[in-house]
Amino acid sequence: MTDRNSTEYAGWGRALRANGVLARPNTQSEINANAPAIGNRRSYGDAALITGGTAQDLTQLDRIIAFDRTTGLLTVEAGISLGELARVLAPQGWLPAVLPGTGFATVGGAIGMDVHGKNHHHVGSFCQHVTSITLIQGEKTKTITPKSGSIWKATCGGLGQTGIIVQATLQLSQARGDMMLVSEQRATDWDHHIALLDGSDAPYTVGWIDAMATGTSLGRGIVEEGEICRGLKPTARGSKKIPFDAPHLALSSPIVRAFNALYYRRVPKSGRTVVRPINDFFFPLDKIHDWNKLYGRRGFHQFQCVVPLNQSSVLREMMEKVASSGLASPLAVLKRMGAGLNGESAGYMSFPMEGYTLAIDFPNRPAARDLIAKLESLALKANGRIYLAKDALSTGTAIKSMYTDHPKWAAATAKADPHKHLQTDMTRRLDLRT
Amino acid sequence: MTDTWIILGASSTIAKAFTRSVAETGAHVILAGRRMDDLEASAADASARSATGATPVAFDARDPATFQPIIDAAIATGGTINCAVFVGSMPSQDDINADPALVDGTIADSFTGPARFLQMLAPVLSEQGSGSVVGVGSVAGDRGRVGNYVYGAAKAGFATYLSGLRNQLGRNGVHVLTVKPGPVDTVMTQGLGDQPFMTTADAVVADIHKALRKKRNTLYTKWIWWPVMTVIKLIPEPIFKKMSI
Ligand SMILES: Cc1cc2nc3c(=O)[nH]c(=O)nc-3n(C[C@H](O)[C@H](O)[C@H](O)COP(=O)(O)OP(=O)(O)OC[C@H]3O[C@@H](n4cnc5c(N)ncnc54)[C@H](O)[C@@H]3O)c2cc1C
Ligand SMILES: NC(=O)c1ccc[n+]([C@@H]2O[C@H](COP(=O)([O-])OP(=O)(O)OC[C@H]3O[C@@H](n4cnc5c(N)ncnc54)[C@H](OP(=O)(O)O)[C@@H]3O)[C@@H](O)[C@H]2O)c1
Repeated sequence: MTDRNSTEYAGWGRALRANGVLARPNTQSEINANAPAIGNRRSYGDAALITGGTAQDLTQLDRIIAFDRTTGLLTVEAGISLGELARVLAPQGWLPAVLPGTGFATVGGAIGMDVHGKNHHHVGSFCQHVTSITLIQGEKTKTITPKSGSIWKATCGGLGQTGIIVQATLQLSQARGDMMLVSEQRATDWDHHIALLDGSDAPYTVGWIDAMATGTSLGRGIVEEGEICRGLKPTARGSKKIPFDAPHLALSSPIVRAFNALYYRRVPKSGRTVVRPINDFFFPLDKIHDWNKLYGRRGFHQFQCVVPLNQSSVLREMMEKVASSGLASPLAVLKRMGAGLNGESAGYMSFPMEGYTLAIDFPNRPAARDLIAKLESLALKANGRIYLAKDALSTGTAIKSMYTDHPKWAAATAKADPHKHLQTDMTRRLDLRT
Repeated sequence: MTDTWIILGASSTIAKAFTRSVAETGAHVILAGRRMDDLEASAADASARSATGATPVAFDARDPATFQPIIDAAIATGGTINCAVFVGSMPSQDDINADPALVDGTIADSFTGPARFLQMLAPVLSEQGSGSVVGVGSVAGDRGRVGNYVYGAAKAGFATYLSGLRNQLGRNGVHVLTVKPGPVDTVMTQGLGDQPFMTTADAVVADIHKALRKKRNTLYTKWIWWPVMTVIKLIPEPIFKKMSI
């Protein structure tokens, strides 16, 4: 049984919306093979929107099917969220090998975007720890593995265009506890920030960047390094809440500037070490439900790109443009990505590649959209790419030149979904299926 | 001793959320329902979430022959037996008007089936001298409304039954909780459009656990339904009979 009425719904950034039917199958047998699947709609743009058609929300298919506690192989239905998995598995000594910045992402969505986490430099992307995927393709249900060739590579990071993912088996990684030992240190400027990221060998590393700081402070921020631990009590006086209350105060530039300065100084000059529950470390923003609404009805955009290691100067140029525009929100992240497990990427359309990735939120205003267009052309020039999980503004031409394996993906999806039943607003906007 | 929870109507959306919550505390779950494939998947899920054991068993509220094996399975676990009743069905009043035979099934699913089952379980619980029974009724049972009165009558009957069961079992240390949910976003309400004060299965389950800890007798969830139903119950019948709420 499904809801038949058409409703308006939006991507996480709320700048793009769709009018269509949201169906919610309760069992695998209720799935309509010809309507695209979506997860928890944590993609910012239109990846999970289907205007004028039916989107199938698979979040009711959220069971653990099998769990081998000795090998860490876990088979789940596609609609289970990664936060739920972390909550259930960590006390039992296991964790999904890759966790993005929101625990609301489902396994289906994590595969569809081949998501990455704060440990990408060590373990690669999500799909590199998936050992099999069960897809509904028209009349057939089939299980594919990394040995299946092009259909596998087109499914990982493949925006759901090869079929409806109903189940997947994940190789979990061992977790020595359910707390995180986090060390934080100030990065005083751009070069220092890059040097700290380059020098970090911690399992989890990420940089928060003050996107308002200019001049000699350009690129300053806080580099956070984490390691899973056991038996420690969380540090009582957590400062983790501060940054995420900021949007309450209206995101005008003087306020963001003041806020960022405070946030930066919260970590003493000499650095500090704190203990946090793992979910707070991985999913800091999830504690405030629907924080995306704080940007008002016009919504917001996130720009996220990755550029090769030798192009960090271009990234610095982007940072200069962002800082001088005064448009950024407090949410800005810099991270060094690795080359992927075994030096490969999981899918044809996978975002991660070796280099530096920068992610910044902007309110949805004309000036911000112009700035994002500029940043995007800089990324393209630097042989980088932008992340489709965040995109709402790019063009098909740009995306196709950034993702050089796009033709292989287009060929594989044409075979898997010949009648293009699984198109979403994103694949149409960017004309990806041709 | 570990807890054993008999879950009647284990494929229900609210039952699934409840099953997970007790599985995570290490309980043994007896999953009773009609769809064995679904129950087996839920049993695997419960085991992965630390249930001491998870046993799927066939249950049809309209077939009393299925009842005793469920009780036997619970006794076999050796744990402290508890029971949560989620089974129920809600055909639309229009369908019932068109086919009065639907009355029997509606009342069997929500009232007489679970009542007979609990009547069989009662001596076991009395003897045990502890444990809890959670019976899910509905705000629809608080007053007969034009749009939903057969379902409402079944839930009213079940609530009265639970009140008597509480009176009996309470003497032997067994707690009986009557749960009256308002609209919950589940299979049952899918396709019915927007409902007032809609809540989620997880929120209902959190409320149930809180009520169990406090040994409450009746739980309205969301809480707002308590004042709302108090007012609705006070409307004099001559006026109420002309209303369509
Ligand atoms: C606060 C926040 C932090 C984030 N941090 C990170 C991060 O650190 N790293 C990162 O990589 N990403 C990050 N993201 C992005 C997020 O992880 C991805 O957008 C992810 O895909 C969201 O999962 P979802 O279940 O909501 O999928 P949706 O957004 O609903 O869908 C994503 C895509 O997958 C497809 N899809 C979903 N389920 C299925 C299925 N069952 N079968 C077939 N196709 C399917 C959809 O069609 C769509 O194309 C973040 C997002 C937020 C809001
Ligand atoms: N959702 C609401 O708004 C709401 C409000 C108030 C009260 N309630 C009550 O909450 C309880 C749980 O309902 P829900 O919302 O979770 O809806 P649900 O998912 O539709 O659950 C009802 C369950 O009852 C089972 N069932 C029906 N007839 C049966 C029979 N003869 N034998 C065995 N099982 C039978 C169904 O089994 P199958 O899966 O095999 O069909 C189904 O799993 C019900 O008692 C309902 O009346 C719900």
